[in-house]
Amino acid sequence: MVTAVPALAGLPGVTGLSANPFTDLSNMLAYPFMVNAFRAGAAVAVVTGVVGWFMVLRRQSFAGHTIAVVGFPGAAGAAVLGVAVADGYVAFCLIAALAIAAVPPSTRRAFSEESAVTGTVQAVLLGLGYLFVTLYHGFVSSVDALLFGSMLGITSGQVVELAVVAVIGVVAIAALWRPLLLSSVVPDLAAARGVPVRLLATAFLVLLGLAAAAASQITGSLLVFALLVMPAATAQRLTARPLAGVVLSVAIGLGVTWAGLAIAYWSPYPIGFWITTLAFAAYVVAHVAVLATDRRAHRARVRTGPTAAVIP
Amino acid sequence: MNTPDQTGAAGSSPAGGGVLVLEGAAVAVGARTLWSGFDLHVGGGEFVAVLGPNGVGKSTLLQVILGTVPPSAGSVRVLGGPPGSANDRIGYLPQRRGFDPSVRIRGVDLVRLGLTGTRFGVSVPLRPAARRRRREDEDRVASVIERVGAAAYADRAIGHLSGGEQQRLLIAQALVRRPELLLLDEPLDSLDLPNQAAVASLIGSICCDEGVSVVIVAHDVNPILPYLNRVVYIGTAGVASGPPEEVITSATLSRLYGTPVEVLHSAGGRLVVVGQPDAPGHHHGHHGGLIDGDHSAPADENGGGAW
Repeated sequence: MVTAVPALAGLPGVTGLSANPFTDLSNMLAYPFMVNAFRAGAAVAVVTGVVGWFMVLRRQSFAGHTIAVVGFPGAAGAAVLGVAVADGYVAFCLIAALAIAAVPPSTRRAFSEESAVTGTVQAVLLGLGYLFVTLYHGFVSSVDALLFGSMLGITSGQVVELAVVAVIGVVAIAALWRPLLLSSVVPDLAAARGVPVRLLATAFLVLLGLAAAAASQITGSLLVFALLVMPAATAQRLTARPLAGVVLSVAIGLGVTWAGLAIAYWSPYPIGFWITTLAFAAYVVAHVAVLATDRRAHRARVRTGPTAAVIP
Repeated sequence: MNTPDQTGAAGSSPAGGGVLVLEGAAVAVGARTLWSGFDLHVGGGEFVAVLGPNGVGKSTLLQVILGTVPPSAGSVRVLGGPPGSANDRIGYLPQRRGFDPSVRIRGVDLVRLGLTGTRFGVSVPLRPAARRRRREDEDRVASVIERVGAAAYADRAIGHLSGGEQQRLLIAQALVRRPELLLLDEPLDSLDLPNQAAVASLIGSICCDEGVSVVIVAHDVNPILPYLNRVVYIGTAGVASGPPEEVITSATLSRLYGTPVEVLHSAGGRLVVVGQPDAPGHHHGHHGGLIDGDHSAPADENGGGAW
């Protein structure tokens, strides 16, 4: 079932870095498992980048985290029952998505209580997941795989599955694009205009559950959340244009995933660490760049201030 | 950039036809009747304010007009049909707080979504008709943004704009589909005084120039007073409607509140209501000079706590 390959540097046949980057690249891509990892990583980056952008816009990061994390006990439970791990991810992620969708849209005051309830359930399920892993004795190392992924044991069949999920995710978001945007930014206005706000919210959460479940099989329950939130948050820091933001979110996700895979190939440290670290670095760089641009613009305004009419 | 194409539509719905007609209307929430015996007639291009203290059902009146809350008695006709039948010809702006700074979407996106936000699917303008439609949409969005004076900042993230700038973009968003009736729920509530005056003047000129009927819920009548055709005052003991000078009087308000209330007129024509019970929490003084050149006294609806 689940196999964990934390690092590659010790594997037989994996050579160190040479002077020529093209030789290194072709060395790396000579391994089918690396090619599959790059393909699967691309599909995961696309679906998490698109769905994650809306998750951040809708401020549903906590819901997204819950849906992603709940896949862990689902997968572990599936292993105990002798069912396919993938089914465990899908079942638990979708149940969590529908449960969150069933909570009526709350006022600001009730929000803290709602998130406390979600957090409580999430914590209990995490504990349950740990129990399942213990019951499924023999493969304690599979905790690693369930939480942090197993990007190097991907079959070509899994790549096709992931590509299908990515296409479904992109097509669905494109079809819902404008009403989903309107109801994400101004839900009260959207409802007044007759947009089915509740139905759209449920559809989006199901999409989020599907994306998280599919990606979790590769990335693990914790890493999938990193890919949902970090590229999207970075993209929103850089642009307020919706389409450009989604494209940028996908591009950042793809960049950090592929770079993480390549770096992990030659380093003794795991892929999950590299992907999250690179994504975090991208966020920090974006943040600092935006701050610097704002400050420069502010200084320019101050310089021209005395002569120009001050219109804030 | 302003195209007065709204005047034609307004001319076809004469004041006699009635954009909004309420006759003996009442509304109840649970077992409690909020108001009853409500008569109102709003013609094309009229500017009507709904006033009164908190909790009397001012916002509920807008819900009745939209058809989301049914009247418990009487009849309500909106744009010639029952409430809810013509909501695509109504621009509605719910009462809301400002956008959080983290809302990363531009003002122009919000206005465009006002036009296209109900359309599912992707628009790939391949055919000439689709291209023409997209061009018309973009022209409409640009002209409305110009109309509300938001062109300078419509490309910035809406969360970073001031309350007044956000409110102008929200009005543009409501206006972009060329509505015949605008329902605005306390659009001036969170604004500072210069912005209250500027946004009130904008709404007044939209109403006047483009023949859009406006029903606005407000706490303070003074910023909008120069533009009003009619006032609806919902008190704790009844409802009155008519021209402002007939409704906002000591006699009428005393009847609506069931207790002696005095209405004072400042030198600049501003109204001060004194002794109003259960009044909304206005603790700051309002300066008159921003609206009508009156620099005399702080003129709040509550009269600065004078009892």
